[in-house]
Parts: sequence; C-alpha cells; structure tokens
Amino acid sequence: MSTSVQLHQIAFARSGDKGDKVNIGLFARDAAAYRAIRAQVTQEAVAVHFQDVAADRIQVYPVDNLHALNIVLSGRLPGGASCALGMDNMAKTAAAALLRMRIEVQGG
Amino acid sequence: MKPVVLGAGLGFYGDSIAHVKRSAQNNRLDYLCSDHLGELTLSILQRDRRADPTSGYAKDMVALLLAAWPVTREAGTRFICNGGGLNPRGAAIALRQAMRARGFAARIAFVEGDDVLPHLDVLRRGGESLANTDTGANFSAVPQPFGFANAYLGARPLVQALQMGADIVVTGRVADASLFLAPLVHEFGWDWQDHDRLASGLAVGHLLECSGQVSGGNLSGDWWQLSDLSDIGYPIATVRSTGDAVIGKAPGSGGRVSVDSVRQQLLYEVHDPRAYLSPDVSLDMTSLRLRALGPDQVEVSGAIGGPPPGTLKVVAGYRAGYAVSGMLGYSWPDALRKAQAAADILRQTLAREEAGLEEVHISFPGFNALHGVLADPAQGRDLNECFMRVAVRTADKAQARRVAQHLPWMMVGGPPDVVYIPPSPPRELTAIWPMRIQRAPIESRISVEVLEP
Repeated sequence: MSTSVQLHQIAFARSGDKGDKVNIGLFARDAAAYRAIRAQVTQEAVAVHFQDVAADRIQVYPVDNLHALNIVLSGRLPGGASCALGMDNMAKTAAAALLRMRIEVQGG
Repeated sequence: MKPVVLGAGLGFYGDSIAHVKRSAQNNRLDYLCSDHLGELTLSILQRDRRADPTSGYAKDMVALLLAAWPVTREAGTRFICNGGGLNPRGAAIALRQAMRARGFAARIAFVEGDDVLPHLDVLRRGGESLANTDTGANFSAVPQPFGFANAYLGARPLVQALQMGADIVVTGRVADASLFLAPLVHEFGWDWQDHDRLASGLAVGHLLECSGQVSGGNLSGDWWQLSDLSDIGYPIATVRSTGDAVIGKAPGSGGRVSVDSVRQQLLYEVHDPRAYLSPDVSLDMTSLRLRALGPDQVEVSGAIGGPPPGTLKVVAGYRAGYAVSGMLGYSWPDALRKAQAAADILRQTLAREEAGLEEVHISFPGFNALHGVLADPAQGRDLNECFMRVAVRTADKAQARRVAQHLPWMMVGGPPDVVYIPPSPPRELTAIWPMRIQRAPIESRISVEVLEP
C-alpha cells in the first residue's frame, strides 16, 4: 500500500542561482525516502510540478552517496540575479517550492 | 605533517565581520579565506568603479582585516581575500594605508590578470567565439558594451603570493573555492597533477566559501532547534596532507555542523555533481564520504578528481536598463482582493501613461511573491494582510522615477485599509554574459606583486 506525501515530509532542500540557472539540492531523510525520490522526482515530474518550466530546461543528477538529487532549472533567471525583477532574484526559496511536490511512498 | 586549519571569512559582500572576528579569536587558524564576490557583486563594483576609478573593490575587506588582524597575531593567521574585486591593486594600496594607520605591519600581495575586458577584441581575433555559455547566443547579440569582464582565476597565483611571503593576499575574481585550495597546495606541496588531493581541497573550499551556510545557516530541516544563531560559529576545516578534512566550528558557538548541514552545502550552486569544475581541478562529488565524528565534527574524505577544463570561465556584464519597485499593503478583510484590485488599477494606469516599459512584474507578498503559481490559492481567502508589489524595468532612469509616482495616490484613491511603502530610488540592472575562454592567453597576463608594510 502506498501513501501520498509532500517532499517536505521526507526530504530537505537548498537552492541557489548561477547565471540564468537555478539549482535545487534535494536531500532524502533516509534510504527508503531516497529510493522513492530517485524513482519519482524525474525531469518530467519536476516540469509538471513547477508548471512554468519546460522539461527540456530541467536536468536531474542523482548523487547516491548523499541520498540526494541535484536539480538544475535553466533559463529561470534570464540575464542572471542582477537582472531579475522578482523578490527572490537569488532563488533561495525555489527549494521550498520543490518541497511542495507530492510523491508516493510505501506504507502509511 | 601537521594538519592545516582553514577558517571561513565572509561568504559575500555584506556578510558579518563580527562573526568572522569571533571565529578568528576562538579558533587557532592558519589561514582565513574570505569570499567577497558573486555575479551580483561585480555588477555593484563596476558602478563604483565607473564613479571613481580608485574604487571598484569590496570595502568590507579593509574592515574585515582591521578587525581580524590584531586578534590573530598569536596564531599567525594569514589571509586570502578576493575582495580586490575589479581593482585588486587599489584594494591592496587602500588596505596597506588603513593598516599602517593602525600600526599593523603586514606584507600584502595582490594578484592581477583576471580583468579581460581590455583584451576581448584580441581574444576574439585569436578565435574565441565569446558566445554566451548559458544561452548559446552569439557575441554579436550583446546589446550594450560590457562594463566588466573577469576570468575566474585558480589557486596558482595565490600559491605564488604565499611563497613570496605574503601575510595577506588580495585578489580579484578568483574562483571562490580556490581561495581555500591555495594554502593547502602551499603547505602540503601538492602536485598540480595530483587531482584527488586537489579535489579534496576544492571540496573543502566549496563547503566553507559561503560561511554560515555549512554551520547551521539556511538549514532545511529542524532549523528551529539550532542553538543560538546570533552567535553562529563560522566554519573551520582541519585538513590533513592526504586531503581528508574535518569540518567544524568553535566550541560553544551557535549553529550546528552535521552531515545534513554539510551535504546541503555540498550541492549549493552546483551544476553537474560528477564534474564540479574549477580552474585547478574537476571534483566528482559522488565520490565523497561524509561521516559524523562527534558534535559539530564532520569528516569529508574520498574525493576523486580529474583534470581541470582547458578553458576559464569568464563573466561579463552589460547595462540592462533600470528597475524600480514599490509596494502597497492591505489589511483584512479581503486583503488579497484589495491587493489584486490595486494591481489592476496600476496596470491600467501604466497602460495609459507609460508606453514602452520593458517588463512589468507584479506579485503579492504575503501570498505568492516567493512561490508564484505554486502558492496555495486556499490560503489567499482570509489573509490578515497582503501586499501588492510592482517591479518595472525601463530603458531610462527618468521613466523608472515616473513609474514610482503612480503609486502614492492610491493611498487616497484606491482600495481601503492601505499602507504605502515608498520605493527605493531606481537601480541600474546588469545582465550577465558568461563565456569560456582558452586559458593560455589569460594566464600569461597574470601577475603577483608584494607591497612591503
């Protein structure tokens, strides 16, 4: 039996900017959470979650030794942080935005 | 061989000098490495340099050294700072003057050669495309002349400065983590082909370069359980000649160094974790092992490295107009509806009065200014208060000023229960243009000079 959880319940995250890119490190709280995250937090699923980022602008890098994924969103900050009009021009809260995503975990 | 103790200095232009000073007092540091520069910082410093050619460096570097130098004489701490920004020579001269005035005698070295702006034409004729590595755009698409163009230098010239006996090394744009790698290469005599050890040093530098972010700052997780962040202990690394290192902080200081705090910082601002590139070495982060040795002690080991790229990263910037932003706030009841109504009124006003705006960005702080379309609409229904923030990009400064004048009247002519937060003056925007350029023509121009006290 599986249960739907928000990533917030099973993972940590930290984000930042580099050029026009935003990166989000997503860190599973344990090995079981990492297995679920690695299987379900895919390029396509992240695109669906963020709604306004095309899948081909997203890269997902697994980092097994850290139980982590590194997720890169390209073109998110055109011209870089020094050119962005939004309040969060350095994308520090993109991590929490990802933690809103829901996935399925075993048990419940 | 004795381990080397590195301390983190500032993590950015504007970071807390008090925290760094406490760390320098409460640890026995061999080196304190301070990162003052980001992409954003260079665009700030170029405006300073335009106004006054003797400026263009991070002024907090001088304040940092004046605070930390006297408390580190017993330990004999040496300093490496990239606060020279766009003017390392000017920064070194200003620093020597300030230190002399206090009676501090230090040998200050400065590294030049990262500024490639004067050489771009020559580089282009030499076959460099200068294409934008983020977007792939051709150099011919750059709409304005560059205000700055700086290469990310590596650790080598810093090692040279240390070998010349510098107590303080002032640089311009040097890759953040290379500031920390340099003293390790200098102390342990690591070979530039010994990629695994260099990669260990790079990992240590990457972990320390954002100061408090590895010792409890910005911690995702149980941040509320951290001990006294007002006294956060800025991180230190105790590094062995093998490259293995322990990340820690001063006993009794606030914050926390844990496997979670370390792994969160490891991926910070990283693209491909298998190839974290620096001018000195490429690090495969998937090879690293993190192990908690005790409270606030995390061992980092196992780094595998590879050769660095044949090119250097260069970041240039050009003027991209002006931005102005302002806010109106509304209280319960119907706070979000009022803020949305104010936005509609403003949009109509701008459409009528302000032709040719380059970009208009409206958001609702308190509701969706941070998470945008992902904000939960259910939470918008009964907010205690909500703000309407408008940010506009204009081609010229006068229009930015004018746009700001479309807000105040809404205190009497718009929706009720309102507060007005006056906008800051228009600020100049800089667009970043990242490139990769062959190393040799840049590195052949690097120079290191030492100023006697």
